[in-house]
Amino acid sequence: MVGITSYGAYIPLHRLSREEFFRAWGGLALPGERAVANFDEDSVTMATEAAIDCMKGIDPKTVDGLFFATTTSPYREKQCSTIISVALDLGREIRTADFTGSLRAGTIAIASAMDAINAGAAKSIMITAADLRLGAPAGDFEQALGDGGAALLLGEKGVIATIEGSYSISDDFSGVWRSDADTFVRTWEDRMVLDEGYSAVLPEAISGLMKKYNLAPGDFAKVVYDAPTDIRRHPRVAGGLKFDAAQLQDSLFMTVGNTGAALAMMMLVAALEEAKPGDRILFASYGNGADAFVLQVTPEIEKVRDRRGIKNHLASKRVLANYETYVRWRGLITLEAARRPDRSPTSIAGLWRDRRIILGLWGVKCKVCGTPQYAQGAGLGGSTPLRVCVNCQAKDQFEDYRFTDKKAEIFTFTQDNLADTVDPPATITVVDFEGGGRAVFDMTDRDPAEVKVGMPVEMTFRKLYFDRGVHNYFWKTRPLRC
Amino acid sequence: MESIRDKVAIIGMGCTRFGELWEKGTDDLIVEAAYEAYEDAGIDPNDIQAAWVGTVASGMMGECLSTPLKLRNIPVTHVENACATGHEALRNACFAVASGMYDIVLALGFEKLKDTGLGGLGVGRGLHPTLEMRRTAPGTFAFIATRYFHTYGLTPEQGKQTIAKIAVKNHHNGSLHPKAHFRREVTLEQVINAPIIAWPLGLFDCCPTTDGAAAAIVVPAAMAKRFRQDPIYIKGIGLSSAQLLPHFRPNFGWTSFTVNKEASRQAYEQAGIKDPRKEISVACVHDCFTITELVIYEDLGFSPVGRAKEDVDAGTFTLEGELPIQSDGGLKSFGHPIGASGLRMTYETYKQLQGKCDVRQIKNARLGLSHTLGGPPQVSCVTIVGNSLG
Amino acid sequence: MIGIKSYGAYIPYYRLSRSEIAKTWGGPALPGEKAVANQDEDSITMAVEAAFDCTRGIDGANIDGLFFASTTSPYKEKQCSTIIATVLDMGKEIRTADFADCLRAGTTALRAALDAVKAGSAKNILVTAADCRLAYPYSMLEQSLGDAAACFLIGDSDVAVEIEDCLSISYEITDVWRTDEDDFVREWEERWVITHGYSQNVEEAASAIMKRNGLSAKDFAKAVIYGPDPRSHAALVRRLGFEENQVQDTLFATIGNTGTPSAPLMLVAALEEAKAGDNILFASYGDGADAFILKVTEQIERIRERRGVKIHLASKALLPSYGKYLSFRKLVQLPPQALRGTGSATIMWRTKNWVLGCHASKCRKCGLITYPIQRVCYGCQAKDDYDEISLSREKGTLFTFSLDNIASGGINPPIIQSVVRFQGGTQFYCMMTDCDPKEVRVDMPVEMTLRRLHEEANFHNYFWKCRPPREGG
Repeated sequence: MVGITSYGAYIPLHRLSREEFFRAWGGLALPGERAVANFDEDSVTMATEAAIDCMKGIDPKTVDGLFFATTTSPYREKQCSTIISVALDLGREIRTADFTGSLRAGTIAIASAMDAINAGAAKSIMITAADLRLGAPAGDFEQALGDGGAALLLGEKGVIATIEGSYSISDDFSGVWRSDADTFVRTWEDRMVLDEGYSAVLPEAISGLMKKYNLAPGDFAKVVYDAPTDIRRHPRVAGGLKFDAAQLQDSLFMTVGNTGAALAMMMLVAALEEAKPGDRILFASYGNGADAFVLQVTPEIEKVRDRRGIKNHLASKRVLANYETYVRWRGLITLEAARRPDRSPTSIAGLWRDRRIILGLWGVKCKVCGTPQYAQGAGLGGSTPLRVCVNCQAKDQFEDYRFTDKKAEIFTFTQDNLADTVDPPATITVVDFEGGGRAVFDMTDRDPAEVKVGMPVEMTFRKLYFDRGVHNYFWKTRPLRC
Repeated sequence: MESIRDKVAIIGMGCTRFGELWEKGTDDLIVEAAYEAYEDAGIDPNDIQAAWVGTVASGMMGECLSTPLKLRNIPVTHVENACATGHEALRNACFAVASGMYDIVLALGFEKLKDTGLGGLGVGRGLHPTLEMRRTAPGTFAFIATRYFHTYGLTPEQGKQTIAKIAVKNHHNGSLHPKAHFRREVTLEQVINAPIIAWPLGLFDCCPTTDGAAAAIVVPAAMAKRFRQDPIYIKGIGLSSAQLLPHFRPNFGWTSFTVNKEASRQAYEQAGIKDPRKEISVACVHDCFTITELVIYEDLGFSPVGRAKEDVDAGTFTLEGELPIQSDGGLKSFGHPIGASGLRMTYETYKQLQGKCDVRQIKNARLGLSHTLGGPPQVSCVTIVGNSLG
Repeated sequence: MIGIKSYGAYIPYYRLSRSEIAKTWGGPALPGEKAVANQDEDSITMAVEAAFDCTRGIDGANIDGLFFASTTSPYKEKQCSTIIATVLDMGKEIRTADFADCLRAGTTALRAALDAVKAGSAKNILVTAADCRLAYPYSMLEQSLGDAAACFLIGDSDVAVEIEDCLSISYEITDVWRTDEDDFVREWEERWVITHGYSQNVEEAASAIMKRNGLSAKDFAKAVIYGPDPRSHAALVRRLGFEENQVQDTLFATIGNTGTPSAPLMLVAALEEAKAGDNILFASYGDGADAFILKVTEQIERIRERRGVKIHLASKALLPSYGKYLSFRKLVQLPPQALRGTGSATIMWRTKNWVLGCHASKCRKCGLITYPIQRVCYGCQAKDDYDEISLSREKGTLFTFSLDNIASGGINPPIIQSVVRFQGGTQFYCMMTDCDPKEVRVDMPVEMTLRRLHEEANFHNYFWKCRPPREGG
């Protein structure tokens, strides 16, 4: 039977106390804190992080599909699932698709992946969801929303939770929306939006599912479904359906915030982290209708306990000093331009030629002397893979060598105040990889005061810069998370 | 069911100049109409015991009247019934007096349309976001013209020529009234060749958007002669409301309005009128568009169905004709501040019946009719007044 | 076997001659014309039209899924497939999904529908694809791009076209793209785009699927292969070994490159001519490629009554000027709207059955049909005793009209104010679209079409208009 074979999640390092919104704007502060993506993160990088977490110990060659779900795709005409698949080193003959338009895009993608596997069209499909929605400054959404991602691997072998059944309903409603031209989330009168949207349709889907499979609330160890921005509505749905408070999975509102298309999946990951074999889980999500699933946890769950998931990512955090940093990172104010020369134009042909080097962080290893080496300057001038070994000068004697999953150590670094960056100083690190290989990378998610020679670091997929209509993704170093 | 006939009298009326009154606000309009009526009736403002005020979009509550006039805590009611609003204020005032509850009541209607920056009315497109999104008043009344011409075998040219004659007549009459919005005659050629607003209706087929106010003081008929020797008596008031926007009404024919027939039937019955064409001396009807006036001739029983054109061609409704209609220029030329119009029409029939209309005066005027047609269209009011009891 | 049970297409009524664009800007003109969506059309309304065409004679209630593919979805956060399903009167317990970000999204959605039917999680799924992409004014792409929609019904019984095999490859390349903030399509250097993007990927996918099935070019009656322009397309099909008479036209000269619906639209055109037993190779491109092997069955004869590509192509009017095109696409600032509508999410939600579904009430007592739904019958005053019926597919006549010059707010005047009369006397007031005002006559036949009216309350307000029937339907 088709089921979940692995899970992963991503929560940005940074959190902002909701008190900070009150300090900036006055009005009412909601309780808790929200996760804030760094300035170099977006839905593609967060989905990649979650997928990397999910892929721990799994051979990329065994995965033959990747579905990306979001309402904040950085492209309207360019497939993001393909970008992510290259970062994950998935093969070429794979199924890719971007699911958008709905906050339930994540569960819609899950249903599609189940179909593909059940139909024999794929063996193992990664579903990765992430969202980075903007609430307009001084509004409720700004406080309530959060950034994050989650990934589930679906397949037939090594299933940690079988998907026993599903039920979907579709419901046209402009409750919470963004048109093609909108930057910020819009909504309508809150009671109407909740009474006729979330609080009506989600229970309908959940009870429809229980009826279809002849199950009662008592049959579930956990009930996992997303919460609207008005958090009080979350427990009321469970209460109305006669679930106990103890069965209800936490909505992550106090710690992360509402992560849109990723929220239900992130909550499911949190539930799976605690789940025991034999547990039955009810999983549902809302957005212009609702999807609901019955999951059954198997003993295989013990094999995927080493994920960073929700728990570890939650614990690993840094609280932002102030609201103004958030505003700056999200580009909500216009800043004085740095007095630096213009960047040389991005060569798209160069990016394409070096796509494995840039997006997959592929280097080479000399077959003669065994030295791993990464092609320096990739992406900037459109360099090609190394031809001559930096150590022994052997020519064209290389095999491919991937650096994404290698830990490294800072050899030297600088805190550059001259460089143009959203979060000065620019921390540039020269690192030595475990097992060999030296390269230079921007460092992110760092406290400048803590950066030291010899500091252990890991690689993270980020957006380097935006230039002439292209989001340039690349890898950076960061202090070990978790 | 009793009749209102001869129970109530109008003892004073006022009407502002109509037009694009850029320099006047709603308070100016109200004060000018009310104080002319006070003076005409010979009463003190504090004699008024209750008031009804009509406006469609220029005020809320009775307070919109009591504040400019500083009425001292008397009951004031705001009424609204689309283009019949002015009539509705008068009608409710009359019923209040007829009930015996009040003796001296003010009815006032006003509208300030020219503060919006819009040409033409910002027609209420209903409350629904898409159902009547692009509905305009000329667009709707053009439906009548298109279908009327088609039904009665008029070519668009013949049809346009017929309704153009109505515009020429009304502009002529308006040119004779010092308070009218338009005081300029137009020629048939000008009307026919004017820019198209909503085909087949051209610029001169449409009434203007106008600022203005009109007011009446009503008292029990038995008390009327205490105030003046020539009071005007209410003979009948009919009102009819339709059930569905004509645009969506199954089988609606677009050449006639049942509400017009029903409102006039009620008023004729109360007033004891058998042959309106013969018995009515002067009529002011709702010529928001020239085509509207054409179908009103038929709906109110002035012309045989489908044959109003013959009467238009014969000059039946000119000042000198058999039944003068729009002796003050009508909505077309006098103007159409929505909430004021029913009272403005009554102002004209009142003055005609008192013989105070100078060059426009109609000989031996005994019975005057005024008629408003509101909504797109869904409500009709017919008010008949006379200058003697019985 | 699973396959295509029905097909449908939509091509906007208006076309812009490429010489008109060249005349405006100077420079060379590509041959032919491009299809231009009217100012009240978008990818949702076009998808609705194609879906209506595809479901002619098919009850919406028997379809249990709707997928929408587009790179020009009118929403970033609100599901368009749900809107379309509501218009089509499909039930509530259905599968809906929006596939985006990729010109291959149409065939991606097609594959997802095949999976769903094969996996038994749905019986019949409608797959709609529509795009209305913008090119920078004064760019060569501006002459190339056109607007259209296509639709397939996927199921496992009575299939008109069996889908025997499919294959997908994914390829990271920034060749033709738009970021989330871009209005206009961006493109990198053309020869590189064609060589390393389009040609390489489609050739690889097409060759691989033929090889896997032991087939060669001569085994196919038709090769329906996406082409961004006729020259690159011709070169590619030649390399794949197809003769000219086997190759399905790209529709470039008549419609233009329509993006997501492009390959599906070509397939519709091919199926209009196909005979039972024909083998078809079908391939699309976008960040990789999808390839399919199709076999036409005898059931194809059952679904000939579609407007499809052929009838829609023939029913057209040329835009008089490039300026009209600019105003349709809002590429020039037009006078602000004096006549503004109201916006209300609450009302649009409460009335969606009659706003989107075009439902009227039919009295159970006297049979009178009234739009919009009336709780108390206009004819006999029966209370709450009616059935909801949809007028969306009904034909009517124009009972009366006006050519209104003030209602348009300066955009594309005059507004053709219309009262449509249906059988039984039902009257429906709306605007007329896709019609030359000079041709409007009392009693002319009309049909209904869903259009985008305005953006009040900051979302898209869709409603019905009437239009002269697009011939043949």
